[in-house]
Amino acid sequence: MMRYLLRRAAHAFFLLIGVSLLAFAFTVLAPGNYFDEMRLNPEIAPETIAALRTQYELNRSLPVRYVHWVSSVLHGDMGFSFAYNTPVAPLLLVRARNTLLLTVTAMLLAWGIALPLGIWSAEHLGRLPDRLVSWGTAALLVVPDLALALGLLVIAVKSGWLPTGGMVSLNFDRLPFFGKLRDLLLHMALPVAALVLSVLPTLVRHVRAAMAEVLDAPFVLAAEGHGLRRRTLLYRYALPAAANPLISLFGFSIGTLLSGSLLIEVVMSWPGLGPFLLEAILARDIYVVIGGVLLSTLFLVGGNFLADLLLYWADPRIRTETGP
Amino acid sequence: MSGRRTISRWLVFVIALHLLVIFAGFFAPYDPAEQDRKNPYLPPMRLHLVDHQGHFHARPFAYGVKLREGSFDQYEEDRTETFPLKFLVRGASYRFLGLVPSRLHLFGTETDRIYLLGSDSYGRDQLSRFLYGGRVSVFAGLLGASVTLLLGLCVGLAAGYYGGWRDDLLMRLAELFLALPWLYLLFALRAFLPLAVGPLEAFFLIIVVLGIVGWARPARLVRGVVLSAKERDFVRAARGFGAADGYLLRRHILPETSSVLLTQATMLVPQFILAEMTLSFLGLGVPEPVPSWGNLLSSLQQYSVLVSYWWMYLPALIMLPFFLGYLGLGSELQERAEPYKIGR
Repeated sequence: MMRYLLRRAAHAFFLLIGVSLLAFAFTVLAPGNYFDEMRLNPEIAPETIAALRTQYELNRSLPVRYVHWVSSVLHGDMGFSFAYNTPVAPLLLVRARNTLLLTVTAMLLAWGIALPLGIWSAEHLGRLPDRLVSWGTAALLVVPDLALALGLLVIAVKSGWLPTGGMVSLNFDRLPFFGKLRDLLLHMALPVAALVLSVLPTLVRHVRAAMAEVLDAPFVLAAEGHGLRRRTLLYRYALPAAANPLISLFGFSIGTLLSGSLLIEVVMSWPGLGPFLLEAILARDIYVVIGGVLLSTLFLVGGNFLADLLLYWADPRIRTETGP
Repeated sequence: MSGRRTISRWLVFVIALHLLVIFAGFFAPYDPAEQDRKNPYLPPMRLHLVDHQGHFHARPFAYGVKLREGSFDQYEEDRTETFPLKFLVRGASYRFLGLVPSRLHLFGTETDRIYLLGSDSYGRDQLSRFLYGGRVSVFAGLLGASVTLLLGLCVGLAAGYYGGWRDDLLMRLAELFLALPWLYLLFALRAFLPLAVGPLEAFFLIIVVLGIVGWARPARLVRGVVLSAKERDFVRAARGFGAADGYLLRRHILPETSSVLLTQATMLVPQFILAEMTLSFLGLGVPEPVPSWGNLLSSLQQYSVLVSYWWMYLPALIMLPFFLGYLGLGSELQERAEPYKIGR
């Protein structure tokens, strides 16, 4: 167990190092930086800009900057934001929290819907419920994320049922606790719905395929012959047997959700990593961009690590393969 | 259902849609940049066959549009004016396939402009902008996918065929690219490239960025195919007869990868169309006044547009057939490649 875990952790660690190196390598290619924009402003003296450049080490060589940046990461700063004039980490963490709030909720909801729906569909393979689900997922698959998010927004604006932007109402601070919770949930409804609908079809299709394969196996027939209850059979026996590919998909779906969230946050003005990164890109605030990318990689790697753990727990074959 | 027939049907559908955007100049009634400042945000005009007095007309026509009494953004039909639809009319000049100058349009009116999808804030025809925008977005998707597949193919062939340290190096690099959520990667790459560029540079920039973002997955798949292909008996036999590496790769191994590349292409093209849309929507892609599906939708970022001019959303709906075509084609191809994977 420990060896398996350590190996996965080491893998994740090297992946993060690699991504950060890659991100830094790309900064060399980047023409222009934050201070080039300043040069256009006649009110800022060239000496000031030169001093700032030295202060932020833009004149130093890349390896030196990388080493300094790594030490800054280890100190919990993750570099320095030119635009905000503070360390990057505190800025990023608030946004990352909001992004995680969306993605984790969407993830739970999407799997909560996809599992029963996929199983239901596999149970009635080729018959009406299966057809309905297949058509539904195909229809959702056709709609691109952007069109989906904008469509939901148009519907919300036209109907006036749900708030269409931001994370909380203006009077949020004055609300009682449950009022706050309700307000937050209402604001979350639209972006979460967009996220769930964008990943749902893929999940349902995979659950259906995995379950259909397992339900074909002789042991299911035997269990049926023993008179097992349908629910017990499906969820207690068939689902664990089908779990292996689904757990890998779980790790994969984190990446899809993070990407989807990036766009949907901008569309629905959710104060997460999406709008923040966009702003940083436009301002050439490179450490914020690198930090954001690295953080997203960390989430994805963390999710995959979680999936590996789950797999270890769920699949006895892996346990025996890697030894105790 | 016979697979081959359905595949060819989907293929015809997809090609027809592409012809629509390739010959945008002919199908679009107007120039996409031509402004009509007196008529901003006109709602879509409806085509009629029966007029308000109940008379039937063989030629479809549209009524003019006027402001509703006492309002400044609500329009209604002005029944005193009719615009009969004419087919194959002469209008704004364009270049057929970018080469032959022409003034012929599929339809139009002889008098005033008609707006079948409404007009935008400058009074530009949304339908024309959609068709011309499709040219940018769809071709960004197609070219981006080509670059990606070419890159993936080269890397996959090299890694799979030569193996050893090259394989290790390339596959670790691929893992790095796969470890990033793809939209973050796209953003990051875009962040390191110049922001203020002309439409053409932006277009090629996007294609390069897409190529870099996507190569890892096809490379891994191609590598897998190559690994199994190079141990096949006929390949070993050919090698035994003294075939050179280049010959083996070209004649025996490359053909094996075609099915993987084809299914990947049907997945990548719509994904990359969406990527271009996302970038242009956020102002990181093709800039105005050149239309693209992304910047066509970006006006919806303003709350006022969202509230008052819902028809600005219509382009998002009429682009769905493109995605449907690729999805249909992709799933048919996949089914042919792995017939027992997912039973219908």
